[in-house]
Amino acid sequence: MEQVFGNVALACGLIIALGAIGACIGISLMGGKYLEASARQPELMNELQVKMFILAGLIDAAFIIGTGIAVWFAISTFLK
Amino acid sequence: MATGHEAATSAPNAGEYVLHHLGNLNSSGHPQTSMVDFSIINYDTVFFSSVLGVIGLFLLWRVARVATSGVPGRAQAALEILIEMVGNQAKAIVHNEQSRKFVAPLALTVFVWVFLMNSMDFLPVDLLPFLWQTLTGNPHAYLRVVPTADLNGTLGLSVGVLLLCFFYNIKIKGLGGWIHELFTAPFGNHPLLYLPNFVMQLIEFTAKTVSHGMRLFGNMYAGELLFLLIALMGMAFPSMSPFGGSLLWLGHLVTGTLWALFHIFIVVLQAFIFMMLTLVYLGQAHESH
Repeated sequence: MEQVFGNVALACGLIIALGAIGACIGISLMGGKYLEASARQPELMNELQVKMFILAGLIDAAFIIGTGIAVWFAISTFLK
Repeated sequence: MATGHEAATSAPNAGEYVLHHLGNLNSSGHPQTSMVDFSIINYDTVFFSSVLGVIGLFLLWRVARVATSGVPGRAQAALEILIEMVGNQAKAIVHNEQSRKFVAPLALTVFVWVFLMNSMDFLPVDLLPFLWQTLTGNPHAYLRVVPTADLNGTLGLSVGVLLLCFFYNIKIKGLGGWIHELFTAPFGNHPLLYLPNFVMQLIEFTAKTVSHGMRLFGNMYAGELLFLLIALMGMAFPSMSPFGGSLLWLGHLVTGTLWALFHIFIVVLQAFIFMMLTLVYLGQAHESH
């Protein structure tokens, strides 16, 4: 059973870590482009900001779902 | 799964505490064990979502009833901003004047309702369960207060949107036109492509609906879990602690405050995204390929 718990712990770590990498890269790409775009056309800043937040929510979703599932695995196995 | 009987013997450990908080008050009386079980009804999700829906409608109705064309009060101004925001989004996405009469108020209702349901996260995680346990006299009674942190709640909403998509597909294109589109889009009109087209359409509808519900659920569930884990740190308060008199409860104050502040942002954002996706999907039902 200990080995299973160990594997689950590793799996949870991987789920969160890989998801975090993806979400961070996505957010940083989008944030960078947003800053570039609003430096080029400051009058579009407000309009773009709304769209950026929507996309931030979409990008974060997969990561947060992954985190939720990983924590669920964790508390239903080795944290129990 | 930790049942109430196991936990009765001693103070709950971390896992039992969290698991107990993730058990719904349902018709079977103990937490659901299988992934899918249609015989179980989660009473708490049904109750809180209905109550919050009524509260939301009542607030909107109260403000609308005393609305004036003169100088608006603060409540009316706030509601006007909200209605204008939703109305503009609806105008940009759904290009059918007739449908917008229903779709725009629907989007407003969805936004307010989902926002209120998400906001239940701001109540202390133990407050309502503790009151419920005191009220029923059963220290192991289950209760979950965030309807959107229950997959049944969010998928119920997204299936509702899916049915509306079907309705508008049939209404705009006619039943024949829609069936024609199911078999000829997205690849093209050729007998060999009928089956791939239909499979693609099925996948599209399934993916849209599942991701619509899962996105909201995932965010709220993860948020609730983090609140529970943060609450565990608070259990380290010296007088009530199985962990000894450590300073972990200070961490509870700091991280709890930070996460609650960040969660305000997530709650609004996810309600907004849910509304936007509802509009987008209904808008897609109006466009023919």
